[in-house]
Amino acid sequence: MVLMSISLDEVQHVAHLARLDLDEAELLAFQGELNALLGHFEDIADLDVSNTLPKPHAVALLNVFADDMAEDGLPRERAMGNAATTRAGLFLVPKIIED
Amino acid sequence: MSLTTLSAAELGRLLSRRDVAAREVAQAYLDAIQRKDPTLGAYLTVDPERTLAEADVAQSKIDAGDAGPLGGVPVAIKDNISTADQRTTCASKVLKGYIPPFDATVCTRLRDAGLVGLGKVNLDEFAMGTSCENSAFQLTHNPWDPDRSPGGSSGGSSAAVAGGIAPLALGSDTGGSIRMPASLCGVVGFKPTYGRVSRYGLVAFGSSLDQIGPFGRNVEDAALLAAAISGHDPRDSTSLARPPIATDALRSGRLHGIRLALPLELMSDAAEPGVLDSVRAACAKLEAEGATVEEVSTPSVRYGVTTYYLIAPSEASSNLARFDGIRYGSQVDGSGHVGTVAATRGKLFGHEVKARIMIGTYALSAGYYDAYYVRAQQVRALMAQEFETLFDRFDAVISPTSPVVAFRLGELSRDPLALKLLDTCTIPANMGGFPAISIPCGLSDGLPVGLQLMSPVMSDEKLLQLAWAAEQVLGSLDLPLG
Repeated sequence: MVLMSISLDEVQHVAHLARLDLDEAELLAFQGELNALLGHFEDIADLDVSNTLPKPHAVALLNVFADDMAEDGLPRERAMGNAATTRAGLFLVPKIIED
Repeated sequence: MSLTTLSAAELGRLLSRRDVAAREVAQAYLDAIQRKDPTLGAYLTVDPERTLAEADVAQSKIDAGDAGPLGGVPVAIKDNISTADQRTTCASKVLKGYIPPFDATVCTRLRDAGLVGLGKVNLDEFAMGTSCENSAFQLTHNPWDPDRSPGGSSGGSSAAVAGGIAPLALGSDTGGSIRMPASLCGVVGFKPTYGRVSRYGLVAFGSSLDQIGPFGRNVEDAALLAAAISGHDPRDSTSLARPPIATDALRSGRLHGIRLALPLELMSDAAEPGVLDSVRAACAKLEAEGATVEEVSTPSVRYGVTTYYLIAPSEASSNLARFDGIRYGSQVDGSGHVGTVAATRGKLFGHEVKARIMIGTYALSAGYYDAYYVRAQQVRALMAQEFETLFDRFDAVISPTSPVVAFRLGELSRDPLALKLLDTCTIPANMGGFPAISIPCGLSDGLPVGLQLMSPVMSDEKLLQLAWAAEQVLGSLDLPLG
């Protein structure tokens, strides 16, 4: 299996998905770094893992339940104390829907 | 007698006998920080008033007989562990000014056991790095040689403990971030079994790999701190429903009859000859006490770094999505909502953090998920199985912790791959969730070499006993505490 190298357009697309505003120089730098790393990922591309189940956890647990009990959470003011802007007890975000 | 050169266990005994007061100990360390930290750069936040107030609370616990064996002993905390009402920056500009409204579970447990917070210590930004040079705020220097790195990512923790400005420290370990800096600074660093210490309040990096653990100047100190912070926590759904790590049988550790596996792949030419010599000499000393050391082959470790650099960035790209500048942290103005979030993240995350978010986002994106992320998880399963099979025949795996001794600051920062390869020996423990510890085993060119011992899941107590027994034979280093 041969993995593809990544184009500048793809780097730009990934940066958009990741919500990272990158300048031209950074995009080029990450293109280089990603391609170098993708080259190393070829190491595992040819390994036979057809009979191996993926291991998503270090130590797998099943069905972790908590007692259904009400507990006091953080008071709203304290939970929101680090927000850039709030109004009427709500986080204020920049406009999402254009006029 | 200088309070700052005593071990944590000795300090704890003096405090419990009330030969010394918690405030005196805290003040001695605050003075040491003021004197030495301008050269070491270990601390990001020190708040003497807060520390002294915590010392007073600890003293009341000692007086009332409610404190544990470390009651009144100070501890430095890695700055990716949330401390209520004390800034927690992850050494990132994106969290500059962030004040957590809650304590991490480990901090609650420290307080319950009567320990005293000394301050928050430096790390690679969001714990991503191997040299502590990725901190957005400052460099931390190795107490053995200030021109050298203390290792990373928990470089502030290792430098503080080795440099005599904290008797104990907490760090976090995703691919070796406790053990590697412990090795480079000549102290003990322990990554418990995944799930034995709560991750609640640890700012998440790679959630399936992250584990909080202790630094100490000897095995007993590290074990006592592990005991204080471990145990089930309902606030972390990956926390194991097991009792805290027990230390009562620590000193019953024996080497006679212990079977150790030495993976040839971790003793390769990629390691410095001085490190290999030191580890071989340590093996010979352990064998002289009745342990057996058998060379084995673990071919999967060749794939460890590659696998790690798919899984950890994938998890990080998801975990770090929360830093949007809206709910906490700094914000940079941009056009509209997406523009503001992208500007905040683009301007305030450092290069290495952005690189890992990019790798992870790419690996998880449509069309690549199976080829990269799922395949990496399959290779992770192979690696874990390979070591689990070894544990059928061996009590523990022995190896170098780091293939190199402390390197010069700036020496590797332009070679990201070389830095990443330093994690080769430590990554398997994170992949399998195994407990692993680094203890000093000698010097090479005047710099500490770390010996790693790794054992099966949930064998933390046995591993600590083994490390304690090994320490009695290998001796300890003369740390630059003064």
